[in-house]
Amino acid sequence: MPDKTTVTPSSVAGAGPGQTGSGVDVSAPSVAAASELASMGGVNKPRSLGQDAWRELRARPMFWTAGILLVVLILMAAFPFLFTGADPGHADLRNHYLGDPQWTHLFQEDWFGYNKQGQSVWARTVYGARASVIIGICVTFAVTVLGGFLGMIAGYFGGWWDALLSRLTDIFFGIPLLLGALVLLQAFTHRTVWTVVLGLTVFGWMQIARVMRGAVITQKQADFVTAARALGAGNGRILLKHILPNAIGPVIVVATIALAGYISTEATLSYLGIGLQPPAISWGVDIASAKDVLRDAPHVLLVPSTFLSLTVLAFILLGDAVRDALDPKLR
Amino acid sequence: MGRYVARRLLQMIPVFIGTTLLIFLMVYSLPGDPIAALFGDKAADPATVARLRHEYGLDQPLLVQYWNYLTGLLQGDFGQSFTGRPVADLMADAFPVTIRLALFAFGIEVVLGIALGMLTGLKRGKFIDQLVLVLTLVVISIPVFVLGFLAQFFLGFKWGVITPTVQDSMNLGQLAVPAVVLGALSLAYVTRLTRTTVAENLRADYMRTALAKGLPTRRRIGVHLMRNSLIPVITFLGTDLGMLMGGAIVTEGIFNVQGVGNTLYRAIQTSEGPTVVGIVTVLVLVYLVASLVVDLLYAVLDPRIRYA
Amino acid sequence: MTTTEKTAAVSAPRTPEAAGSPLLQVRDLHVEFHTRDGVVKAVNGVNYSVSAGETLAVLGESGSGKSVTAQAIMGILDMPPAKIPQGEILFRGEDMLKMTVEQRRRVRGAKIAMIFQDALSSLNPVLSVGYQLGEMFRVHQGLSKKDAKAKAIELMDKVKIPAAKNRVGDYPHQFSGGMRQRIMIAMALALEPDLIIADEPTTALDVTVQAQVMDLLAELQREYHMGLILITHDLGVVADVADKIAVMYAGRIVENAPVRELYKNPAHPYTRGLLDSIPRLDQKGQELYAIKGLPPNLLHVPSGCAFNPRCPMAQDVCRTDVPALAKVADGRGSACHFWKETLHG
Repeated sequence: MPDKTTVTPSSVAGAGPGQTGSGVDVSAPSVAAASELASMGGVNKPRSLGQDAWRELRARPMFWTAGILLVVLILMAAFPFLFTGADPGHADLRNHYLGDPQWTHLFQEDWFGYNKQGQSVWARTVYGARASVIIGICVTFAVTVLGGFLGMIAGYFGGWWDALLSRLTDIFFGIPLLLGALVLLQAFTHRTVWTVVLGLTVFGWMQIARVMRGAVITQKQADFVTAARALGAGNGRILLKHILPNAIGPVIVVATIALAGYISTEATLSYLGIGLQPPAISWGVDIASAKDVLRDAPHVLLVPSTFLSLTVLAFILLGDAVRDALDPKLR
Repeated sequence: MGRYVARRLLQMIPVFIGTTLLIFLMVYSLPGDPIAALFGDKAADPATVARLRHEYGLDQPLLVQYWNYLTGLLQGDFGQSFTGRPVADLMADAFPVTIRLALFAFGIEVVLGIALGMLTGLKRGKFIDQLVLVLTLVVISIPVFVLGFLAQFFLGFKWGVITPTVQDSMNLGQLAVPAVVLGALSLAYVTRLTRTTVAENLRADYMRTALAKGLPTRRRIGVHLMRNSLIPVITFLGTDLGMLMGGAIVTEGIFNVQGVGNTLYRAIQTSEGPTVVGIVTVLVLVYLVASLVVDLLYAVLDPRIRYA
Repeated sequence: MTTTEKTAAVSAPRTPEAAGSPLLQVRDLHVEFHTRDGVVKAVNGVNYSVSAGETLAVLGESGSGKSVTAQAIMGILDMPPAKIPQGEILFRGEDMLKMTVEQRRRVRGAKIAMIFQDALSSLNPVLSVGYQLGEMFRVHQGLSKKDAKAKAIELMDKVKIPAAKNRVGDYPHQFSGGMRQRIMIAMALALEPDLIIADEPTTALDVTVQAQVMDLLAELQREYHMGLILITHDLGVVADVADKIAVMYAGRIVENAPVRELYKNPAHPYTRGLLDSIPRLDQKGQELYAIKGLPPNLLHVPSGCAFNPRCPMAQDVCRTDVPALAKVADGRGSACHFWKETLHG
């Protein structure tokens, strides 16, 4: 939808009242009680955006929930042996085929029972965190770099660059992430974490590019950019020193929120058999192999599913928190 | 308006060509020989392979193949699958099922999502708001395939409310649970989006004016708030219909619904190039038409938008 | 629209005003906002009154409580966070704070109307101005869509919008700022209310348009013999149109007076400061006077007189005792311990 011209009320109203001609302007005009309140609170104690954001975040139980979940998760991904002594690959088909969970055996091998290969569900769940976290973070990083770069070029140089890159964005937007990644990854007979990262990046960068393009276009028209140009700054300098720092906020917000989606999509791909492949340990792979025994041994499916959902939840909450912190308008 | 639509239709052409070309290239130029895959693990007779390759035009340069596909498409010919069946036939079987499923999910998402969003937006900060907000978070956090298995396990196996898999893919009653699973994520998004825009517009100056005019609450909410709040929601809904049809891959697989998702998934796994390209082409068309409709609707709802 | 609403709106007669009894009286009004940071006392015991045909100007900085008072009168405060712990708002002798929600709604727009500062954001962006004007008649008088549209055109003519008939279907963003504010005025006038509250009606407009809009408002006020409360921070606007002035500071009225007397001889140092900071042609070249300091944070209002940290005349007593509104003359008051010195200084 690139060719809509919108006149938003705020863009006009935001210009504010001009200096009144007669009399004296003793105040910034305010109508709503709310805006009066805001000015009252802010008069003696100006707070920076960062401080304000942190103050806002601290007061939220959701933020702390996300924080604790993320710390546990990242520890699990980095040092799985801290959580379990069991070997996730060790299969004992004879003794442990679909062994029931022993809920009281906290953190032990049989805590969550065994799968149909006789592997410890708990060990596999712990070791499965790594793939999700690595893929989530790497894809987010990659799409931010790729989408950010293309969006910046399109927004800053405009003209043909913009037309070309915007069409390219439209083309990729026509293919949903899961679908595109499925078709692309199917061609690789041997898939690793990095193949999956590639697949998700190729079909995941478009939103970042659009957001970056929009932010750059807005910033390009800002007075300080005009000033920098008048002072003779070159394109590279203006882009990196003036525009990027001011345009990166919305990009970070979108990227953080998307992170949860990448983790979910990776699990879905692996579940469909077109993401990670055994012997790689991934929640998606484990859930896929557990689905046949869902009726008899639901725990084999439910345990990794729960961890997967909690991971996605943690990153969604993180995304929400980052958005609230960086975008005070939404508060 | 007429000119705007014409222009938009013209603009859709390069995007359509680009997207189908992209899929085409991915399916045919990446490593992996679909003809060899036809024979599975058996060693194929080279002469037969060569004959088949020629029959499907796979021995020609890729762009020529694409050109042939595109010209065929203009005559309504989606080509032939490697099993010999016309792709159009395959799709004629599968699409009615998925369209039902997707529209069912879409209906749930629109009605329930907007209702819940309005409710929570108006009651922001109240218990019901917090409850719905947490529920949407839970739904968003659970990947669709997990949600599908949860529904299948509890409703199907444990409580026996539904048959674990769909027996008759055209039966709306049996499609209910798959539709809920398919639409759940979007439902949560619509709820949250509506809630945000309602809460935002509730604070708008014109809502204060409506109050100062002495308008009854029903009118303030129903006329002044609704229209402004739904504009962004409609944008989301428009792009979502296409997403739902694409997202059916997972849901249809779990519940064994014989629709596009299942057909496409099997085609991808067996490197059934013509079928993959054909189905994705139609999905892209759905997506493009839906975004055009949204843009037009948007301009009708918001007079500030000009046809540029 | 129910039938009861219709009859109530139609049958309520415009009672002739008993001489001397004001149209609106605000008595000892208090408004607080309960925020996370604490209770903000935005209005602390405000008294004022307006009669039919009279213009009261309420002057003050942002945060002085002038707009909050107006919103309390209109009944459009968000409660919560706002709370009115004390006070009366008498409209034709009846306390509006004791009315039911439905009674209150029927007063709004029909008997007391409000004009807001920013017409662009105050008008609904997706509804035509004709619809928004006609809505007044449809809701309060039960007119049909067609009749309401005719009335809307009539109103647009009244506020001198050129080619009203052709523009009735246009949307707010298609009008210029001045025209939009005229539409706001037309909307307020629609049902010929007894009282209009105009909250900074010209602040958002170009200087040249300001005078036109203000003149139109004054003209229509005379024509309909309405009471007008004009909320502003602009002393220049006030001088031309107001009969009397109430100056507000930190939620209190610090001085009230007939407009000429206040200009000639202010009885509160704050008013004096405001007047002194007006640029004047006969004092070219001199540095402009400015009141030092900043308006108070209402979460931590200074003890005693709220103005004392900024007041050139402040003594110890000003830091401990809140000055009451002392009677300076008939219809004149000042909330300053040293009003006599100010008046004669």
